Amino acid sequence: MALLDFCRLDEKINLKPVDSLASFKNDVIGYSQNFINSAQLAIPPFANPVETLAQFNTKDETGREIKIEFDHGTTTLGFRYKGGVLLAVDSRATGGQFIGSQSMKKIVEINDYLLGTLAGGAADCVYWDRVLAKQCRLYELRNRERISVAAASKLMANMVYNYKGMGLSMGMMLAGIDKRGAQLYYVDSEGTRTPGKVFSVGSGSVYAFGVLDSGYKWDLEDEEAQELGRRAIYHATHRDAYSGGIIRVYHISEKGWVNISNEDCSDLHYKYQEEKGLKDDTF
Amino acid sequence: MSNINLQCLLGIQCNDFVMIAADQTNSHSIMVMKDDEEKIYTISDKLVMGVVGDSGDTTQFAEYIAKNIQLYKMRNGYELGPTAAANFTRRNLAEYLRSSTPYFVNILLGGYDKENGPELYFMDYLASSVRVPFAAHGFGGFLSLSIMDRYHKKDLTEEQAYEILKMCVKEVHKRLFVSLPNFQVTVVNREGIKVLPVIDSSAMK
Repeated sequence: MALLDFCRLDEKINLKPVDSLASFKNDVIGYSQNFINSAQLAIPPFANPVETLAQFNTKDETGREIKIEFDHGTTTLGFRYKGGVLLAVDSRATGGQFIGSQSMKKIVEINDYLLGTLAGGAADCVYWDRVLAKQCRLYELRNRERISVAAASKLMANMVYNYKGMGLSMGMMLAGIDKRGAQLYYVDSEGTRTPGKVFSVGSGSVYAFGVLDSGYKWDLEDEEAQELGRRAIYHATHRDAYSGGIIRVYHISEKGWVNISNEDCSDLHYKYQEEKGLKDDTF
Repeated sequence: MSNINLQCLLGIQCNDFVMIAADQTNSHSIMVMKDDEEKIYTISDKLVMGVVGDSGDTTQFAEYIAKNIQLYKMRNGYELGPTAAANFTRRNLAEYLRSSTPYFVNILLGGYDKENGPELYFMDYLASSVRVPFAAHGFGGFLSLSIMDRYHKKDLTEEQAYEILKMCVKEVHKRLFVSLPNFQVTVVNREGIKVLPVIDSSAMK
């Protein structure tokens, strides 16, 4: 051991298995804090996560592509009208050019009176929506009344605001009914939280907005509203390669949310084509 | 990328009042998400703050300042005046600027002081703070500043100041390449805070 000390070898290599075990244990504890507190995510072990993670999307030193592509791409929409709130979403999850899923549930049922939509990084959205669902349930148990949409959205906005600039990517709508009536909020990973009448989020939102804005009015009947939401998402799936699959429509009224329909966008395509009087798909 | 310069804040201070106008557009990249966003925050009975900047930062910072100023009043039994509030806000902005999480916000602070009358403070995200008779933030501010240079007088009435703001908005509509259709207007005077009608294209006629 004397020689070892003399050569100062222990400074170069870790020869103490106990220490290494302890630091291993520390690592495990450090990176699994979210098991104890779900809003305490382990942040990447380097500075500026956004820029550093971006490097993983290029080539490594040997010139091979080391792309890490997170699931992305969505069209979601929601609007308030006289009959409550309507949400419509697609169901495609993509990682780069690859379609990872055609049957995602991008509307999360937080409780019987509160829905959340997902857009952006699939993992971020699913995780934080789950955390939000837990917080909302805890609120209910503690206060013996349901959480308001305003409060729920603020919980969400404050949680993600703590991670601003660290690479979270999500744009969600929270819709529900509370004492103040039907509510719709937009919350995103930048920390934005804002109430509104009409929102659309995701890569296909440009197309969805076109149809939605031109057909929207406050006095829509329930069936008209459902069809407007469905139609807007359909047109987004038609033009946006990152959107598609099943078009899910939800409606929220005083009685809580109802799942109106889940229709395949290509079935809808042929239905709409037929309504137009076009037999085949030439144009 | 930030759209801090695509948003617009205007402010005019005269002998009897200070008036702040803020555009109401909330945009994400090319998309306008909302055109009735509230960017003027009420801080206390005679103090308002117009905030533009990074989404998220604006609300978080404004609410943080507002709550702390309210807390100060509860603890001490008297309110922070506009000057003190401006110094407090600036201090916070400066300290966060040198942290890993700076607030990316431009601010106009308007308030009515019992002794000194109306005051207007111009603050930017680099935590400069200066008391001014009129001020503007954003690209729209470049267009408006000369109008305010030309028409501002100390003894304007509220109606006249509102007309000047209308001229500024008109110029923004005419010459600015981004769409800022609506401007909310708030005035602070001896009586307190008053919300004036939104300036939009229909108000121009």
